[in-house]
Amino acid sequence: MAKSKSRNLVNLNVNPCKMCMPMGAALAFEGVEDSMVLIHGSQGCSTYIRRHIATHFNEPIDIASSSLSEQGTVYGGAANLVQGLKNVAAIYSPKVIGVLTTCLAETIGEDITHIIKESGVASELKGIDIIPVPTPGYAASEYNGYFVALKKIVAFYAREPKVKTNHINVIVTDLTPADIRELKRILSLFEVEYTIFPDISETLDAPYKKGFDIKTEGGTTKSQLRRMSAAIATIEFGWMTPLGLSPGRYLEETFDVPLYSCPLPIGLNGTDLFLEAISKIYDKQIPVELKKARGRMLDAMIDSHKLNREGRAVIYGNPELIYAVSNLCIENGIEPVVIATGTDTNPLVEQLDQQLSRYRYNPIILKDCDFESIQEIAVEQKTNLLIGNSDGKFIKEKEDIPLVRIGFPIHDNIGASRQLYIGYEGSLRFLDLITNTLIDKKHEAYRDKMYNKYFVN
Amino acid sequence: MEKNGLLEGRKKFIMHKENEVPITISCDENSLSGAVSQRACVYCGARVVLNPITDAIHLVHGPIGCASYTWDIRGSLSSDSQLYRNSFSTDLREKDIVFGGEKKLASAITEAYAEYHPKVIFVYATCVVGVIGDDIDAVCKNAEKELGIRVLPVKSPGFSGNKRSGYKAGCNAILQLMGETKIVETIPGSINYLGDFNLAAEAWIIKSYLNEMGVKLLTVLTGDSNYESLLQAPRAELNIVQCAGSMTYLAKQMQSAYQIPFDKVRFLGVDETVIALRKIANLLGDTDIIKRTEKLIERKLTEVTEVLKQYRERVQGHKAAIYVGGGFKAIALIKQFNNLGIDTVVIGTQTGDQEEYEMIRSLTKEGTVILDDTNPNELQKFMLEKGADILVGGVKERPLAYKLGLAFIDHNHERKHALSGFEGAINFAKEVDLTVNSPVWDYIN
Ligand code: SF4
Ligand code: SF4
Repeated sequence: MAKSKSRNLVNLNVNPCKMCMPMGAALAFEGVEDSMVLIHGSQGCSTYIRRHIATHFNEPIDIASSSLSEQGTVYGGAANLVQGLKNVAAIYSPKVIGVLTTCLAETIGEDITHIIKESGVASELKGIDIIPVPTPGYAASEYNGYFVALKKIVAFYAREPKVKTNHINVIVTDLTPADIRELKRILSLFEVEYTIFPDISETLDAPYKKGFDIKTEGGTTKSQLRRMSAAIATIEFGWMTPLGLSPGRYLEETFDVPLYSCPLPIGLNGTDLFLEAISKIYDKQIPVELKKARGRMLDAMIDSHKLNREGRAVIYGNPELIYAVSNLCIENGIEPVVIATGTDTNPLVEQLDQQLSRYRYNPIILKDCDFESIQEIAVEQKTNLLIGNSDGKFIKEKEDIPLVRIGFPIHDNIGASRQLYIGYEGSLRFLDLITNTLIDKKHEAYRDKMYNKYFVN
Repeated sequence: MEKNGLLEGRKKFIMHKENEVPITISCDENSLSGAVSQRACVYCGARVVLNPITDAIHLVHGPIGCASYTWDIRGSLSSDSQLYRNSFSTDLREKDIVFGGEKKLASAITEAYAEYHPKVIFVYATCVVGVIGDDIDAVCKNAEKELGIRVLPVKSPGFSGNKRSGYKAGCNAILQLMGETKIVETIPGSINYLGDFNLAAEAWIIKSYLNEMGVKLLTVLTGDSNYESLLQAPRAELNIVQCAGSMTYLAKQMQSAYQIPFDKVRFLGVDETVIALRKIANLLGDTDIIKRTEKLIERKLTEVTEVLKQYRERVQGHKAAIYVGGGFKAIALIKQFNNLGIDTVVIGTQTGDQEEYEMIRSLTKEGTVILDDTNPNELQKFMLEKGADILVGGVKERPLAYKLGLAFIDHNHERKHALSGFEGAINFAKEVDLTVNSPVWDYIN
């Protein structure tokens, strides 16, 4: 049975294991075609968020700020917001502008929905959909911000459909551009029509071409967003998502689009569940090619099973991701010793319990935690593997525990957007990465260790 | 907006150099809403100045984001404590915003002290704290009394100005730490070195020169400094200041509080480094020091001149665009490029002042575009117009350069190679060579 804990110090967060709401919301808009984000608040938040996203994806990230100053803070920022919208429209002429708030804007009581409506700016900027999403950073982490934005966007476009279509919605989180390309490949193998939302496969991993345009190509289109309410079903990688935040649930409740909530398709079981869902929705067989890939994955799992059993992992990050990664670890005999998230609420313990007790694992589950707490337990529990984003590099450096990277942000390695983690093929690559890390670690110290332990003259 | 793609409100921040016209450019104003400024905020500026103090706890009072995004993003090195590399936050939540965060802050300070026993805690007030009206002065004062350590408030709500105001807030905290008046004796012949954050060991490099010259370096502000070394700083005979943007203010304050005269130097590039070292030697006026300095310069020049010449042959003729934080860095970069046979055709800063822009104008050729607080759109436009093929900038500018197929020089606080002194000049030339002469450019055309 897992033990649940919070962070060590009550009033002090030491080395945060989370970010704030507008970050998540900005990431959501990155997957909407021809969209821009304007963050209502002072300049810093927006610049920091841009910087964080840019270093992870190595792509130009333009996020505007309403640059609130002392005056705006005291007398209200409506004028700044309206001018900001006009300027963004003038430079970028986007089709969509997501307007987010910050702690500052919310604290001084800015009602962005009201400002946008009352100022008439929306009708002035014809052809641009302005979507307000209140995201006070103090209210929740980027995980919530992401889903709040998804839901707002879906709701903005959803209308009672005249006719039902034959496509499915796939609502995703925590995926890389390469993952989304793999997702498309899988869906094409099933020969089904789909809307992936949000789709960052091109927007955050654009090919080099001559004559760079400040506008990125790709992303979920407006017409795709509009037809979401007409879909035959939604598959949402939102196993951990609180019900109130789920865009899939919204579509189900409002437009009777059945929701299949799935964990991220990482690991054998995770991928199985996803493929089974598609298969069930369309009453179609799982394509031969995918069955073969599954066989290859099994073959590889046997190859590396003993090596993996020596793994004692610390898994941290967003709830959705750590759930999926924990399952992949459990399937392969890598013990999840610490499972941690900086986010406040999630039903992680209950969800994992069955798998955990099957193999008699008793991980420590940390919620609303910081890296200081993770570090302490990682050492105490003699773990030998960290799985999560770059922020674990501190523990890696200090405690010499190797780090396998997944999640956001990754800015101490290159190529985060090209990593593939999902489906049988992605999961297998990821598993190999983990196994090889364990092998390297073992071999590195092997000769010295044996010499020191057993050699006598 | 006009056809040339510039926002009306941005025009006064852009200047094309034509020789006779004196400089008129707006600077030190608020960023234009919606224009995607590359600037950060007051808090960021304060953090730049104070972060390198190694044995301090840097406690960010506010919601989590501000602390999360600035955790260990600067490459200041420490010879001792690593405490400064952690990110501490009060992680304010909804209820704290409603009921105030003072209690939480007080408890956070107590917890931090119990766990880490620092001698000094800097408490950064971020935007929200500035609005909900927490009296952080009072909380800090109480904590000082209770714990017997220094707990210093840093007033840095992001909206209350720009990065420059943040530098000032940081400097004020240092002054508070050092005390208001001089109560200790001057150490003859000793100097402080202000405005080096020991990124990639830069302060250590300068210190090695000063050692060889026989100059006693008391304290670096703030690279690799700590509580004890900061308390020593008022005893110096002379302050030398680099990075004028952030530290001249502190130098002036130290002059009036402790009667320490100051002078400005720059260690970016060979020429500036030579001038700086001679200046320091002459200011101290000791003939032995002057002699040793000349010997050092001679030795270093023979070491670097030939190497730089070789680099120059490989990189000359390119055209550079520069977009960096402060004016002082921009100026030094123009000179360094000049020495490598590279003209600067576009140049901008986030926080340069009138004087610096005037200097920039005098150093660049006719037709050069000068920008204050620019954005990606303008950068792209002018780089293409002016035919720049290399950009110097921070991490946010890098992907833009690469998408445009331009070479890029990293000039940020994370870099892993020093740009100061003779070593720095070579690193710079090497980096220019690494990027402009990469085979990759042959394949994109
Ligand atoms: S909240 Fe204020 S202090 Fe914090 S990052 Fe944003 S602008 Fe800067
Ligand atoms: S937590 Fe609030 S104030 Fe800080 S960066 Fe996020 S939105 Fe801005």
